Amino acid sequence: MNVLLRNFHPQTLRVLTLAVVLLLVIVFFVSQIDNYFSPRTLNRIASSAAVILPIAIGQAIVVMTRNIDLSVGSLVGITAYVTGDILAYAPFGPFLTLFIALSIGALCGAFNGVLVAYGRVPSIIVTLGTLALFRTFLVEYSEARTITTDSLPKWVVELPQTTLFSVGVLEVRVMVIVALVAALIFSLALWKLRAARKFYAVGSNPDAAIMAGINSERVVFTAFVLSGMLAGLAGLIFLARFGNITVVAGLGFELKSIAAVVVGGVNIFGGSGTILGVVLGTLLVDTIDNSLIRWAIVSEFWREALLGILIMTAVAVDTFMARSYVQLRKLVA
Amino acid sequence: MSKFLRSWESLLILILGITTAVNISLAPEFLTLQNQVNLFQLSIEKIIIATIMTLIIINGEIDLSVASIMGLSACTFGTIIDVGMPASLAILLCLGLGIMLGAINAFWITIIGIPSLVVTLASLIGYRGFARVLLEDRGITGFPDWFIALGRDGLIGSLPLSFFAFALLVATLSIVLHRTGFGREVFTIGNSAEVAHYSGLRVARVKSILFILSGGISAMAGLFYAARLASVRGDAAFGFELDIITMVLLGGVSIFGGKGSMLGVVLSILIVLNLRNGMALMNITGHIQTAVIGILLIASVLIPNMLERLRSVST
Repeated sequence: MNVLLRNFHPQTLRVLTLAVVLLLVIVFFVSQIDNYFSPRTLNRIASSAAVILPIAIGQAIVVMTRNIDLSVGSLVGITAYVTGDILAYAPFGPFLTLFIALSIGALCGAFNGVLVAYGRVPSIIVTLGTLALFRTFLVEYSEARTITTDSLPKWVVELPQTTLFSVGVLEVRVMVIVALVAALIFSLALWKLRAARKFYAVGSNPDAAIMAGINSERVVFTAFVLSGMLAGLAGLIFLARFGNITVVAGLGFELKSIAAVVVGGVNIFGGSGTILGVVLGTLLVDTIDNSLIRWAIVSEFWREALLGILIMTAVAVDTFMARSYVQLRKLVA
Repeated sequence: MSKFLRSWESLLILILGITTAVNISLAPEFLTLQNQVNLFQLSIEKIIIATIMTLIIINGEIDLSVASIMGLSACTFGTIIDVGMPASLAILLCLGLGIMLGAINAFWITIIGIPSLVVTLASLIGYRGFARVLLEDRGITGFPDWFIALGRDGLIGSLPLSFFAFALLVATLSIVLHRTGFGREVFTIGNSAEVAHYSGLRVARVKSILFILSGGISAMAGLFYAARLASVRGDAAFGFELDIITMVLLGGVSIFGGKGSMLGVVLSILIVLNLRNGMALMNITGHIQTAVIGILLIASVLIPNMLERLRSVST
């Protein structure tokens, strides 16, 4: 363990551990469920993860700045529904639709961001409030109508089945690629881009960040706008995937995204985390979620209970690892 | 006196006066005893938990898992009744369960040292998950008559048992908070846990006591909920934490800890109950009511923040 810690950064170790756990979980389910390791299962997990991944990336950026966004589930609902409604009246093409969905998300995210960054209201309070507020807006807006597949343009309906390319029997869907491209962009930005590194700076030490001349209010505001935008993207993917949208769309996604982020090794105290970790975390949470449904021995109602336990374990492991790392550094120095 | 007039509490009294006046003008029967009892009874479980939540938030922590503990305790009660055990035993077991769930939260928060926000967010999901595991998609009814009567009928006059539990909790906890050494410790730790620690206060002990109490009280509230509705389901009390935290914060308790009073929380409870009743009288649906509560929650932190900043600019 000591040798490992001396040669690897704890973040790298954390991501490696996660990859191993994900592999073990998959091996476990393969041994438990007949015909598990099939293209169908992989496709199902991939399309389901494609909805959660954008939200999880947004949540990760917000968590990095020592905040939390509980409103993302309601945001996915709003963008999925409103975009679907707009498409029913005006069948726009993919790019304009993407722009609309992102704008709706960004607008709601900006509302959160203003209150948190400039109003100095703790993010947990703001987003607990907007979680209810956005959902109510959706309920009122919808007037109990449902968006149905036949009112949507053809390209949206066909999107979930559209395959970009195939690897052997595995067909890679466009939606999955869109989510992965978003992950790649944010991964590169957070790694190399000066402006994006500010998220880490504000999260790891807000006072030091301000002393260093970083406008921390603007950074936190931006984090919430990005989180909203990515929730908008997830809303669009959700709309395409399910076609039929009711007012409960995206209900509970905030908890899933937080689980993915925390399991993915983004420190809940802010300041650290990688998008690669978030991708693995999302896959792990989603694999467990989708596999439990098919596992005969355990009732699918265990999903939530397991999610809670998973979050707790991940946070505990991180806390212990951070502590032992600090102690080890002291010993070495 | 002038200090009191400028305080948050006096603002609350003013708001309460306005909402009551509006309600009376909407419905003359608003002030009748029966309507007032109904008003309390509809939200009694939430306001019972708001009392202990006050102490927890003043202590600088938060407990998001209360509604899930309520749900899990109610579902456990239903399951025990379902297998044919006596209700009295089930009540004891559920209260014990609540204390245990609170202790689990306390363990992670004080011994492992993970922030209560994260711990109770995880237990919000986890405890609710176990409630769903217990009942899946069934609903359980068929509680003994005396148990249902306990939740619905008046114990003295038209006031049910749960009302007395609430009154007792308000009285005890406000004495504990404002008149005892333990209460001072709660405030001191809320101001700065670090300073309190170096001053020799047993921070972990105080926090643990509060979270364990919160678990027990939430379980009790869950039982009242089961008795009042005479049935339980896996999603019992889902989302109640929003209302509970709103009541506490609107009562002038600082989300950053160290500030607040039980008087303020009782006033804000009355305001929230009045508002909901008034909106119901105006035929405003439950969803909009929730949105109004959400706006109140944000405003109750935003407005003091803004006032604080204006004050610091002017001096």
